[in-house]
Amino acid sequence: MTAKLSANDLTLFRGERCLFKGLSFALNTGELLLLEGRNGSGKTSLMRAIAGLLSLESGEILWDGEPVRVQRQAFHGALVWMAHRVGLKADLTLVENLRFEAHLRPQSGADFDEVVKRLDISRLKRLPVRSLSAGQQRRVALARMMLAQAPLWLMDEPFTNLDREGRALVMKLTDEHLEKGGMCIMAAHQDVEIGSNVKKIELR
Amino acid sequence: MTDYDENPGLFTAMLGVARRDLLLAWKRPGDILNPLFFFAMVATLFPLAVGPSPEQLEFSGPAVLWVAALLAMLLSLNSLFLSDFEDGSLDQMLVSPLPLTALALGKSIAHWLTSGLPLVLVSPVVAITFRMPLSVTGFLMITLLLGTISLSLLGSIGAALTVGLHRGTALLSLLILPLAMPVLIFGARTVSLVAAGDGVAGGLYFLGAYAVLVLSLAPFATAAALRISNE
Repeated sequence: MTAKLSANDLTLFRGERCLFKGLSFALNTGELLLLEGRNGSGKTSLMRAIAGLLSLESGEILWDGEPVRVQRQAFHGALVWMAHRVGLKADLTLVENLRFEAHLRPQSGADFDEVVKRLDISRLKRLPVRSLSAGQQRRVALARMMLAQAPLWLMDEPFTNLDREGRALVMKLTDEHLEKGGMCIMAAHQDVEIGSNVKKIELR
Repeated sequence: MTDYDENPGLFTAMLGVARRDLLLAWKRPGDILNPLFFFAMVATLFPLAVGPSPEQLEFSGPAVLWVAALLAMLLSLNSLFLSDFEDGSLDQMLVSPLPLTALALGKSIAHWLTSGLPLVLVSPVVAITFRMPLSVTGFLMITLLLGTISLSLLGSIGAALTVGLHRGTALLSLLILPLAMPVLIFGARTVSLVAAGDGVAGGLYFLGAYAVLVLSLAPFATAAALRISNE
């Protein structure tokens, strides 16, 4: 059986520097791929490459057995990315930001108020994102992931700026997502206690 | 995944981007007013420097107004993708399943509505300082209307190419100006011809055709440029 998402023999250069060479992995539904490595080891670059924002020197990323570059729209429709920069407009309110998201990607139909309540940001709904703390902004980015209908979650350092409850919540949400048959690729440099189907890639 | 059918429509995505940018402009009116002030200042200071001679003012009016409009447009273009790039929302658009072309077009529409259209609306007031007759002012507005559409769309290509560079303003102007030259020449010349009482259909046809050409090609170029400069 072919994996839902697989990568074969990836090589990526940034300028003169080779970030990784001959990297392969396969990811099936319900599995978590953990990217580990020092700062600057290429975790974010690998994630950007998977999302199709960086072109690889060699190698191929396959989604459902087909290269993603020939089915960009289908692949992008199936992923949602929590990047290091949260991607929210500082001048717009939380609601306005998330409403714009609904124009960008298919939505799961999850109840907006419930999601916001669960992330403990419901009282911030009418405030411009500028006035939210960094951790609260991360929670809004989490809300975007939960509202999107995407089996593949890409999370780049999801624990940054979050408090203890926030970190626990991220792990719990990811766990639930995996149980529902989702997939997750996470870059983290701290211990993650999520589910049982964890694969690891160590970047050097 | 076969959820492509469930994607938000192309048109709604385009309107969504345009609406978001308009909302942002509404919350930060300074970004709109800056180029507009620049346009008004250049165009009103010029007559003071030239002197009160009516012939000279009527002669130089179309040229000055058009150059000021072009520079004001350039001024506003620099920030077109910059804030999206800096806060990461450009990345979110790049990983959206929707064609980037539609999103780029949405951004251009919002940009024109917030920078091109205000120039067109203000131009009759500014034209008074050049003693421009009302009949000529109408044509000035029409040429500016068609010209700013082209400039907005052309500029989005340059803005997309230079978005990853810090301080790409000079480069942006260098990239855009050669393509914008026909708009300036035909725009200013058409208004001069109206003032001289000559036929103007040719110039208007050209500006219209140029706007349609750019409208049909620029969003694709902008989308490609955004992908390249975000590598």
